[in-house]
Amino acid sequence: MPACFAMPGTELLHQVLSGIANGGIYASVALALVMIYQATHHVNFAQGEMAMFSTYIALLLINLGLPYWVAFFLTLVFAFVFGLGIERLVVRWFNASPVLSVVAVFIGLLLIINGAAGAEFDYTIKPFPSPFPSNAWYGSPFMSSHEVGMISVTLIVLAAVFVFFRFTPLGLAMRAAAQNPASSRLVGVRVGWMLALGWGLAGLIGAVAGMMAAHVVYLEPNMMSGILLYGFAAALIGGIDNPWGAALGGPIVGVLENLAGACIGTELKLSVALVTIIGVLTVRPSGLFGRTLVTRV
Amino acid sequence: MSAILETRGLSAAYGSTKVLQGLDLAVEQGGIVTLLGANGAGKTTTLRALCNMMVRASGEIRFNDRRIDGSATEDIVRMGIAHVPDGRGTFVSLSVEENLRLGAYTRRDSGVAQDYERVYGYFPRLKERRRQQAGTLSGGEQQMLAISRALMLRPKLLLLDEPSFGLAPLVVQEIFRILRTINKQEGVSMLLVEQNASIALELADHAYLLETGRIILQGLSSTIASDESVRRAYLGY
Repeated sequence: MPACFAMPGTELLHQVLSGIANGGIYASVALALVMIYQATHHVNFAQGEMAMFSTYIALLLINLGLPYWVAFFLTLVFAFVFGLGIERLVVRWFNASPVLSVVAVFIGLLLIINGAAGAEFDYTIKPFPSPFPSNAWYGSPFMSSHEVGMISVTLIVLAAVFVFFRFTPLGLAMRAAAQNPASSRLVGVRVGWMLALGWGLAGLIGAVAGMMAAHVVYLEPNMMSGILLYGFAAALIGGIDNPWGAALGGPIVGVLENLAGACIGTELKLSVALVTIIGVLTVRPSGLFGRTLVTRV
Repeated sequence: MSAILETRGLSAAYGSTKVLQGLDLAVEQGGIVTLLGANGAGKTTTLRALCNMMVRASGEIRFNDRRIDGSATEDIVRMGIAHVPDGRGTFVSLSVEENLRLGAYTRRDSGVAQDYERVYGYFPRLKERRRQQAGTLSGGEQQMLAISRALMLRPKLLLLDEPSFGLAPLVVQEIFRILRTINKQEGVSMLLVEQNASIALELADHAYLLETGRIILQGLSSTIASDESVRRAYLGY
């Protein structure tokens, strides 16, 4: 505990900045969770495993000799189709099922994907490359190039998601389908496919998080379990029905996690996520930026 | 004149509860037909059955002489049937303009841009509020928005589910006046479900009276409106 108060300013700054960098990953995972939650009111527990599996595909492509960014974008395509396929083949049949059945389906998916990754790629821990230079960022003692890269990639993903939902007809249709499926059908929106697209996009965003995280935590079938928990905490802090809240929740959780690691010790870092989740659910269930809809009848 | 919409033996059920029992309805090209009846008579269900939405329907539905029964809601919309649903179906957290854009979602022609001005012409108040979140509109404005959203499809047939519901009499007058204009100017056929029989009979040229899922009376609106016994017994005014 005293280590915390005795922490020099530069060390504190380092912890905060690196927390923000990790927060980028949590923000992406949170955004993926929110995307599915908004449309279906379900939290996709398999989100992390989908990201992990996609990251293995990225490694496969890189090992085939493809340049990193080519492998990166091919992986995004794979992750999109993977997410879309899971919705169309499995999840859609449970849209009208009780919540517990859906939870069971998601946990089933988690175990299946986890097992498949273990069987296909084995359980040994593998290093995963970073596309960014390995030296410190402009000689800065506070951040590595990979950390700066993670933040940049997160910001690009957020901007792309924003532009897609705000300015494209398909994005508008997806928002409409999430909000009012019955009315959406009446204007001709194919609601089922909008849900599937949502899963595809969530898979894609998760894969970005997976590829960024794998360089830090190394690639193995369970690499996303802690990250999913942090991502869930981030989504809850931001308000699970608000994508921009999720984006802000990410860095908040990242910084909390790092400071807790420095103050209380790394063993208890993951507990911070749990404490955050319980705290938010108790004190402010709609999150910091949860939206209250104004309606009139 | 030929019928744009025709049903034969249209029945519908929610689960095992039968609501409609063999309706034969027709809407003439360019005509306005109203479906009257008490609460629970099956008016809303009729409109839902026509769109194959939320209800299990059987029987024959012809639109422009083509069978459409069994088609998916999304495809029926693409054929040119716009449904202004019960409760208005507002996308509450989207802006007024986004609501309208969704109305034209299935259209690929270049006339969409001008159609915003066309519907704002009917309902200038929506133009003032076009950037506003639709959920913050008043009830009357939301009803105007629902009609406008349907018009953005450039429909051939408009299904209207109680557009007068919960609105002040003056607003109802205004909306019905505009519905008449739309019918005259654009030749859009309309099937109007109403509880407010007097104003519906004024607008429509033909009327059906529904009781517990069956048509018990039909005829020219003027004939029905002038039949005092029918008015007293079924229409309550």
